[in-house]
Amino acid sequence: MADSVASTKASLAPAQVALVGNPNIGKTTLFNLLTGLRQRVGNYPGVTVSRKVGVLPLPNGQAELIDLPGTYSLAATSLDERIVVDVLSGQVPGLRKPDLVVCMIDATNVVRNLFLASQIAELGIPMIGLLNQWDTAQKQGLQIDTGLLEQRLGVPVLPCVATKKSSASAVTEALSKALESPTRLKPIDWPEAVTEATITLRASMPKGMSDSLSDAEVHRLLFDANSALAERLDWEDVARRSAVKNARDRVQSGGFNPMAAEPLLQYEHLNKLTEGVVNRAGELPLQHSESIDRLLVHRGWGLAIFAAIMYVVFLSVYTWAGPLMDLIEWGKGSLQSWISPMLSSTPMLQSLVVDAAIEGVGAFLVFLPQILVLFFFIALLEDTGYMARAAFLMDKMFSWCGLNGKSFVPLLSSYACAVPGIMATRTIEDPKARLATILIAPLMSCSARLPVYVLLIGAFIEPQHGPFVASLTLFAMHFLGLAIALPLVWLFNKFLLKTRPQPFVLEMPRYHVPKFADIAWRMWESGVEFVKRAGTVIFAITIIVWALLYFPRPSAVEEATTQQFIATQGLTLEQAQADEAQAAALSQAIDSAYLEQSWMGSMGRTVQPIFESAGFDWRITVGVLASFPAREVIISTLGVIYSLGGDVDEESHSLQDALKGSTWHEGPRIGQAVFTIPVVMGIMVFFALCSQCGATLAIIKKEAGTRWAVFSFVYMTALAWLGAVLCFQIGNLLG
Amino acid sequence: MDATLSTLPIGQAARVKAYDQCTATDQRLMVMGLIPGVQVRKVRVAPLGDPIAIEFDGRCVSLRRTEANGVRLESA
Ligand SMILES: Nc1nc2c(ncn2[C@@H]2O[C@H](COP(=O)(O)OP(=O)(O)OP(=O)(O)O)[C@@H](O)[C@H]2O)c(=O)[nH]1
Ligand SMILES: [Mg+2]
Repeated sequence: MADSVASTKASLAPAQVALVGNPNIGKTTLFNLLTGLRQRVGNYPGVTVSRKVGVLPLPNGQAELIDLPGTYSLAATSLDERIVVDVLSGQVPGLRKPDLVVCMIDATNVVRNLFLASQIAELGIPMIGLLNQWDTAQKQGLQIDTGLLEQRLGVPVLPCVATKKSSASAVTEALSKALESPTRLKPIDWPEAVTEATITLRASMPKGMSDSLSDAEVHRLLFDANSALAERLDWEDVARRSAVKNARDRVQSGGFNPMAAEPLLQYEHLNKLTEGVVNRAGELPLQHSESIDRLLVHRGWGLAIFAAIMYVVFLSVYTWAGPLMDLIEWGKGSLQSWISPMLSSTPMLQSLVVDAAIEGVGAFLVFLPQILVLFFFIALLEDTGYMARAAFLMDKMFSWCGLNGKSFVPLLSSYACAVPGIMATRTIEDPKARLATILIAPLMSCSARLPVYVLLIGAFIEPQHGPFVASLTLFAMHFLGLAIALPLVWLFNKFLLKTRPQPFVLEMPRYHVPKFADIAWRMWESGVEFVKRAGTVIFAITIIVWALLYFPRPSAVEEATTQQFIATQGLTLEQAQADEAQAAALSQAIDSAYLEQSWMGSMGRTVQPIFESAGFDWRITVGVLASFPAREVIISTLGVIYSLGGDVDEESHSLQDALKGSTWHEGPRIGQAVFTIPVVMGIMVFFALCSQCGATLAIIKKEAGTRWAVFSFVYMTALAWLGAVLCFQIGNLLG
Repeated sequence: MDATLSTLPIGQAARVKAYDQCTATDQRLMVMGLIPGVQVRKVRVAPLGDPIAIEFDGRCVSLRRTEANGVRLESA
């Protein structure tokens, strides 16, 4: 038989090595260790949901290492599990069957983890076994005879601690050896009833199909309640069903329940195969995870602890970041006062640099500390293992509206950003339940909304009501999207998608002490992403918005405003210019006249009636319009508006102060403050609910299709408008 | 004894006897190792009464009562 590796060498393509195993056992940790890449790891099942490839340096050349989602079985039902099956059976276009499978096995649970290995054995791919989390197994007092296991399995098996750098050399050595002289795990000997059923099933297949399928694949048709393979095959439904039923009857007649036969037979086989391999020294001590859970997931106060943790997160986001924000704000102001005089000969350039580039981007960057604090906590919750507990605590609140229990993790991820959150829905088996989750994921309050909340709460809520109410408001804003999403998803499920009730089976990870490096990396990554956005998307949109707010700038505006000004004040032009206060008022009046008559200004004034009932003036309307590509743009847009409009006095460069001073220049509320509490709440609610993120719409389009991306945009934007109007109207009624 | 995983008192252990039907979810549980003959312990119930958490073979898994109803038990 021609060796797969020999043939690879002939074609000079690098060998393909696939990492497989149950969820959450350390595949990505090992992948990062071996390739030097930095894919996300986390202490809950379902972190990796797509295929990632990296270069694996080996003593005798290079190979490609493929990180895959975790799965318990080849009976793939969810999208992420299907990726594993597709890669292993060579069904991914442009990717051949792997030359070697690295089967990662949880050393604390060898037999259960071998189930997958034994299924893969039927695919005939060379294999090597890694007993990962060896450190935990040792702590639990497990003695594993790797020599014996290796001998029984017939493939190399070695202990591994993926979190330790020192493990790398032994693993790479073993991998390169395995590529040179591949060994295969011997598959289970099926009883006659199963082999015959397999033959029967093959015989009834349409022409040519039988040859293209491995035994492993035929077994998927035979054993799985909902076989994903069936969809891929070109086999007419009714014929297939009856053929499968026939084959299952054959299994039944051999005395096995066809739906239970595979796990029963496999485990019988594996128990025999591993007899005497794993020994425990003494009784299993009470797991420390169990004692932590007794406290944190307690029946009486578990939910209170959950709420308290969430509150502490928001309080810290709110308070810890303060000093750093002041520092950035100060830096921005100094930069402006340093550069501004240098450009005073070219007013347009001065405005472009000072009002748009520095003010707009700076106003956005001020929120970097908040983002870092938020991601510190997200990483902490993910890394300790609490995330899965939160899903356990909250599931009941999700199940009534037909949501899958597995929706919880994608929804929680969406609090960081909806894009990875929507990707994470791939772990949900039922396509309709998955779609329902995708539709509500963007309602979760992502980190891009944080700056809007903090800006407004800091300017209007905290000064009046103190930090306690301020953090409570922040908490409420983060809860709002979820609270609206649940009844909404009930409606979607009931009338639109008609989803069946969903199961919820989730393995609880062990708690462990979070690794500082992982947390720091997560913060660094999100910080870099944030700064990058400031330098790209935010910067670009800010410049465009500035241009639309600056031009066309006909000089007639200045003349008309001056005339009107001196007429109403009853002064001559000379008098007005001589008096310092009058001169300042005049120049401000000119600035704001230019602003109002700019392109964006007139657009804002045209659209403003739509938001009249929400109490938004044309400036807020401009901010809303500019933020449709990316919601964070509101910050820089408001920065530009208020700095162009001359409302910001020389002393204070803070956007918050500018908002506080903003008044209506016309209409029934002339002279009154624009930002009253109902308006502020309305803006926050609008931003909490509105679909203002190009990247999210793109990922919805990719994962669910254009139709649903459009649907999501329309329903969210309508909801946001309604929310803002209700806030304003009810707020005004209350006083 | 006609107990199911759903009715098993918290903290108690029993042996899996059979599955009422073999649904896709039951298949998943079996693949994870919850097969007839295996000893299982109910670890806890969520504050709102559902889901429940069970432990078998050193694995802690949570599932909803609707699924737990279909797992019949016999005394350990
Ligand atoms: N104690 C210990 N922890 C480990 C080891 N390997 C990984 N971990 C931890 O296990 C958790 C899961 O690691 P990941 O690499 O994300 O696991 P995965 O298999 O890629 O998970 P999925 O992508 O969800 O299937 C992380 O918190 C790791 O730090 C190990 O050898 N020992
Ligand atoms: Mg992973």
